[in-house]
Amino acid sequence: MRPLLSATGIGKRFGGLQALDDVALEVSAGHIHGLIGPNGAGKTTLFNVLTGLYTADHGTVQLDGQVICGMAPHRVVAAGLSRTFQNIRLFAGMSVLDNVLAGAHLRGTSGVLGALFPSAVLRREQSRLRDQAVTLLGYVGAGRHVSRPAGELSYGDQRRVEIARALAAEPKLLALDEPAAGMNPAETDTLRELLERIRKDGTSLLLIEHDVKLVMGLCDRVTVLDFGRRIAEGPPEAVRHDPRVIEAYLGAPTETTAATGTGGSSATRDAADTTP
Amino acid sequence: MSARYIILLALTGVALTALPWLVDGLLGITWVRILSFAALYVLLALGLNITVGYAGLLDLGYIAFFAVGAYTYALLSSPQFGLHWPLWATLPLAAAAAGLFGLLLGTPLLRLRGDYLAIVTLGFGEITRIFINNLNAPVNITNGPQGVNQIDALRIGGIDFSQALHWGEVTIPAAYMPCLLFLALAGAVAWASTRLEVSRVGRAWQALREDPLAAAACGIDLRRYKLLAFALGASAGGLAGALFAGFQGFISPESFSLTESIMILCMIVLGGMGHVPGVIAGALILAILPEALRALGPLQQALLGHVWVDPADLRMLVFGLALVAMTLLRPAGLWPRGHAGRGD
Repeated sequence: MRPLLSATGIGKRFGGLQALDDVALEVSAGHIHGLIGPNGAGKTTLFNVLTGLYTADHGTVQLDGQVICGMAPHRVVAAGLSRTFQNIRLFAGMSVLDNVLAGAHLRGTSGVLGALFPSAVLRREQSRLRDQAVTLLGYVGAGRHVSRPAGELSYGDQRRVEIARALAAEPKLLALDEPAAGMNPAETDTLRELLERIRKDGTSLLLIEHDVKLVMGLCDRVTVLDFGRRIAEGPPEAVRHDPRVIEAYLGAPTETTAATGTGGSSATRDAADTTP
Repeated sequence: MSARYIILLALTGVALTALPWLVDGLLGITWVRILSFAALYVLLALGLNITVGYAGLLDLGYIAFFAVGAYTYALLSSPQFGLHWPLWATLPLAAAAAGLFGLLLGTPLLRLRGDYLAIVTLGFGEITRIFINNLNAPVNITNGPQGVNQIDALRIGGIDFSQALHWGEVTIPAAYMPCLLFLALAGAVAWASTRLEVSRVGRAWQALREDPLAAAACGIDLRRYKLLAFALGASAGGLAGALFAGFQGFISPESFSLTESIMILCMIVLGGMGHVPGVIAGALILAILPEALRALGPLQQALLGHVWVDPADLRMLVFGLALVAMTLLRPAGLWPRGHAGRGD
């Protein structure tokens, strides 16, 4: 089966820093795909390349057979890839509902004339989109906040609204940049349920996440980046025991640490921590 | 469209129509002329509000669009080229020319934001004025610093907006006519602004203002909506310019200085950026305040027996104090947009 998203040979350099070097990523339809790696591994850079915020120096990206690299960000959304941001970027001064309606921008058709003299068709479209936005807010669990300014919401609720806003574009693939960051364990559990529900309802997910437990429990496949290179790819179980991954996260066992046993024991401890 | 909405529109229409009579009766005929200018300022402020208030693109050269509209009208309806086109052609043309000019200026500005955008637009505004000032050689187009004279009055069909209108028993005095026209057009632009604000287009502008990157990630075409904001704002300015030219009968480049751009920006900042009633209030206050403060001269004479401070200086003093007080006490404007329950 052809993958939903396929990125090959992605390279991106910032001055002297090779942020991404020949990275490949394949996301199958219906999957939750995890993208992990230590800080500075290039995860967010890859996200920005995929979603059109950065132009890659090398490589191509295809979404559902359509080449999306080199497209402006709004065209990538139109092609079916929506995203959220690591540091939440809601429109803080706009109401929660308006945030989600902004996310549904591409599904509306009204222009200036339509705003001044809406036809019956446009008015129906408007009320349909509004109903769907309200439904969507209920779906992500932020239904009680519809008319509040988005900036007033709690951190966890803002994350949920941002997911609703991205979903409003009805993407084929939803890319989430650290959705669990800053959440407490209870909120993370709710988030896990939400992400599973989104997948079940037909949207594939690409997930950058630091919460290894969440990634291991949720993802069908995982890609690991380190220093801008892909060092491992596969099902969570296999990836977790991949020596290169352990090395990337914990550092190479040097002669001394190996001799004293510190490196080994900390690796064991960490592996125990990450067991779902 | 609900019945309440239609009734509200009708009531606003009646109130606007009655306004010249009310102002004349209470304050005298000179105030009708002041009201006419105030209505033009409302038009300008509403136009700039689209660019700055809705889309968040700080434009310090907005008066250039006013100038383009004024000169478009002036050159098509004056002895300058011997053209006397009808109002139904010149008014839309002036708005369209200013809108096109907005697109032309907007295109190179697409990559700029905030302070940089403000500085470049400021430059564009000044360049436009200087350009008009010098466009009398080698081919005399604008008549340079002398300005364009004997511009045709605003006239459409059988109605001349500089003459009294006799309509059966009713006579509308000459001073009321332009005032009524300006109020009608300002009302129409205010209505259009409020419609746009709550539409898909308005939402895209607000998203762009709040966070351009996130707006792009919502599928909003930043280029398109920035240019649309520039063009629509500019065409409202062009419309006001044409009315100004027809009303005055004379225009010259010095009417289109940076001070005017700043004044219009002050109006929307004072009133409440992005909120139509606030913007209208801000425009009315700043357009009328200087006129009202003129009375301070005679007042000093009467109370103190001598004019200690020239009213013209005092006006600027009070104006400055008012702005400082406003920034300290109500930084969001006198009448900012409420947050509650929007989204329709």
